[in-house]
Amino acid sequence: MDAVYQLSDLRKEYGARTILDIAALEIHAGEIFALVGPSGAGKSTLLRLLNFLEPPSSGRIVYRAQTLNGNVPIETRRQVTTVFQRPVLLRATVRANVAYGLALRGERADRRVDEMLERVGLQSLAHAFAHKLSGGEMQRVALARALVIDPQVLLLDEPTANLDPYNVGLIEQIVREHNRARGTTVVLITHNVFQAKRLANRVGLMLGGRLVEVQATPAFFDAPRDPRTAAFVRGEMVY
Amino acid sequence: MEELARGFVQAFNLIFSFEPALYEIIWLSLRVTGLALAISVIVGVPIGAALGLSRLRLRGLITALLYTGMGLPPVVVGLFVYLFLSRSGPLGGLGWLFTPSAMVVAQVIIAFPLVAGLTMTTVQGIDPALRLQVRSLGATPWQEIWAVLREARIGVIAAIVAAFGGIISEVGAVMLVGGNIEGKTRVLTTAIVLNTRTGSFDLALALGVILLSLAFLANVAMLQLQRRAGD
Ligand SMILES: Nc1ncnc2c1ncn2[C@@H]1O[C@H](COP(=O)(O)OP(=O)(O)OP(=O)(O)O)[C@@H](O)[C@H]1O
Ligand SMILES: [Mg+2]
Repeated sequence: MDAVYQLSDLRKEYGARTILDIAALEIHAGEIFALVGPSGAGKSTLLRLLNFLEPPSSGRIVYRAQTLNGNVPIETRRQVTTVFQRPVLLRATVRANVAYGLALRGERADRRVDEMLERVGLQSLAHAFAHKLSGGEMQRVALARALVIDPQVLLLDEPTANLDPYNVGLIEQIVREHNRARGTTVVLITHNVFQAKRLANRVGLMLGGRLVEVQATPAFFDAPRDPRTAAFVRGEMVY
Repeated sequence: MEELARGFVQAFNLIFSFEPALYEIIWLSLRVTGLALAISVIVGVPIGAALGLSRLRLRGLITALLYTGMGLPPVVVGLFVYLFLSRSGPLGGLGWLFTPSAMVVAQVIIAFPLVAGLTMTTVQGIDPALRLQVRSLGATPWQEIWAVLREARIGVIAAIVAAFGGIISEVGAVMLVGGNIEGKTRVLTTAIVLNTRTGSFDLALALGVILLSLAFLANVAMLQLQRRAGD
């Protein structure tokens, strides 16, 4: 299987604290990879490294056969995008927000934007100001804004946190459809193990900056190798 | 109260008397303040934005200097500009003292710290997560800076409004370095001072009403800009 990312001996330190310490991890092309783990495990930090927003302190990130240390060319950076844990929308209309990534690439806000708005059910709010939306609507704007640029890799940091079941279902369906139709590689952080089970091909458990276990989804839930994974899946506290 | 009403009537009559001397005064006020404001914005917005975005160690010191600059008494600015431009001063060779150029210099020194300082503060107030978000969506470093400035635009407009208000109504510095010479460096504020001193209260009041109206119109225009910016 083609690897989109190959990480080896990847470390991230803030001051004296080691936040991330990953010996090896591969993300496969076209898969949905779910990352679970307790708060503070380093999941969002890993996503920032995968989006080339911060350099690692040491170790290697190979992205589609390119070893990327330090300066990442803009063309490469533009293949990857993140929907952050807390959506940050621009002070502009919903439509302008969704069109923003295209504008950065010098492309016109054309039919793609309207189709995407319709897809996330926001066409009636297209001309509303983004910062007056509800939390669920903002999350959908953030997702639409990421999908419209048709990224190779979509990084989702708890895209359904604090949403009602209807919105959760809607977002999961859009992500699944986009992944199937476009072959987009998805890395999904979630606190909800059931969401991982519903969406992911493979699941990884992070604890204290380390990957405890990575398995195909059925094995992760039914035959975990590590007792901590078993406990996490049962909903127990793990450290 | 009656005086004020008379002032308004007089102002109205004055404006429609098409007295060239009056229009010269209004025009000079607008030219000097407009030019000073333009220079302060062109220099002050980028510098303020750069300071707001950077994590220079020197920033604390520069911030303290800018904030001090924002509170400078205009007469003191006028005094320094006067000394620099006077015949024996270091820039005396320019021959700018008692010309509109000197007035522009003084007003730039008053307006620049306001524009740069307030721009810096509003840029600092922009959510740092915004920069990561736009970078993640594919922004180049320049596009990222532009995005932050766009987010801060309401505050930047407020900075420009504050600077405009500070210099259009300023009298101490332009009086010192311009000299209030009729037909040459007389502006609305200095004309008001002169007419008050000589007892022509109606005329002074009329000029005051014109000055207020100009400031009001300018602020309405900028508010309109702010509204279009989305709030
Ligand atoms: N820029 C930073 N500087 C210093 N420490 C940081 C920084 N970013 C993250 N950390 C620390 O790294 C640790 C991991 O943070 P991270 O956000 O990656 O966790 P997470 O797994 O995403 O948690 P959550 O599920 O709560 O979002 C935390 O202890 C956090 O305080
Ligand atoms: Mg997180």
